[in-house]
Amino acid sequence: MIEEPFARGTTFFHRRDARVKLIPALAITLILALSSSFLVTGTGCILTGVLLTLSRPDPGLLLRRICSVNIFTLFLWFTLPLTYGGTKTLPFFFLDLSLDGIRVATLITLKTNGILFCFLALLATSTVASLGHGLEKLGMPRKLTFLLLFSYRQLFVIHQEYLRLQRAARLRGFIPANSLHTYRTYSHLFGMTLVKSWNRAERVHQAMVLRGFNGTLIPLNQPELRREDYLFLATILLISFLLAAIPFFC
Amino acid sequence: MHISEGVLTAPVLIGGAVLTAVGTTVGLKKLDYDRIMTVSLLSATFFVASLIHVPVGPGSVHLLLGGLLGLLLGWGAFPAIVVALLLQAIFFQYGGIVVLGVNSLNIAGPAVLCGLSLSPLLKGSKKQRMTAGFLAGFCSMFLSALLMAGAIFLSDQGFLHAAVILLASHLPIMLIEGLITMFVVGFLARVQPEILSQDTRK
Repeated sequence: MIEEPFARGTTFFHRRDARVKLIPALAITLILALSSSFLVTGTGCILTGVLLTLSRPDPGLLLRRICSVNIFTLFLWFTLPLTYGGTKTLPFFFLDLSLDGIRVATLITLKTNGILFCFLALLATSTVASLGHGLEKLGMPRKLTFLLLFSYRQLFVIHQEYLRLQRAARLRGFIPANSLHTYRTYSHLFGMTLVKSWNRAERVHQAMVLRGFNGTLIPLNQPELRREDYLFLATILLISFLLAAIPFFC
Repeated sequence: MHISEGVLTAPVLIGGAVLTAVGTTVGLKKLDYDRIMTVSLLSATFFVASLIHVPVGPGSVHLLLGGLLGLLLGWGAFPAIVVALLLQAIFFQYGGIVVLGVNSLNIAGPAVLCGLSLSPLLKGSKKQRMTAGFLAGFCSMFLSALLMAGAIFLSDQGFLHAAVILLASHLPIMLIEGLITMFVVGFLARVQPEILSQDTRK
């Protein structure tokens, strides 16, 4: 099931306004994504790891998330040392591993995980609804906010619809296999989900127009920025500034 | 189908972000409040499609169905895909914020292109409809994989072999996407043809 398990909690991070988390999250992500220095990415990884620990995520869940994100890094670890080329090689049994390849794979692993930690600590601790409203206040187009919030709202409903259809298919003895029948069945299941969501969209739209909808969504709680929020923003921005400045000192 | 954060270099990231911003702006401009609900719901449905795993050989792949979304929404598919990918980034941490531009472009660009060029065929005979469905699924997936490999290669020439392996591994997925999109189009034509014929694509 689709859930936001990291958004539940009462730590200092969970209580901060989405806006003061979005800005530093973007700053840290940019710094880590664009840096090619081991010092910056390594320090970044440690710093974001500390932030993540402070936000107290569920350890089991966290481990699973880290593994699933690192599937792509694993793919790079399997391909780059063998295919990257370069003059320096490292003999490994009967293979010659490219040192440059290993270097690039390590760098990417550090970046990917640093950004993941930052994301989990800063953004996953807010609900999508508050992130959406936060993004709108930071200048995201209103229509896009609307799309985001409504897709989010209907996501669960549509997923339930699909699961219901799938359950019905299974009750009628459907077993997925490598066959055209399987693909056709999945297509029809999905096609039916599409038809249902199309009609639901129509109904929801009519209901909203009837209630005077004019394109604005008003959030139920509109938090004011507090002193702690500003302090939090300043601290994290200072940290990211120092992180970005590392290459100039070393 | 996602490039994770940290792989691409600045020029590729910026290029992707700029093009995605342009595509999203065009898509939003063509979208009025009467259709926004439909696009929201289809965006959510597109997200759900990525949770459907179909068997291929010994393993399984998840659906993408960008081509189908392009056929149904035209330019509207662009913001819909951006939103779905943003939700995936928030829910599952697949992809990320900085790489969102490139990832969205990789999926939404081909989707809109295939959708706009093939949707006239949907009004034709059954055979033409099926062809449009298959081609939309197959070509959008092929172009997406090509763009993804291209983005990785442009970031670092040393990634050439990795990019080629990535592209080749997407071949069976292209076929599956083509077949499924074809069957879905056939299904919609029988069950609720106005979804295909409605003039919502601009």
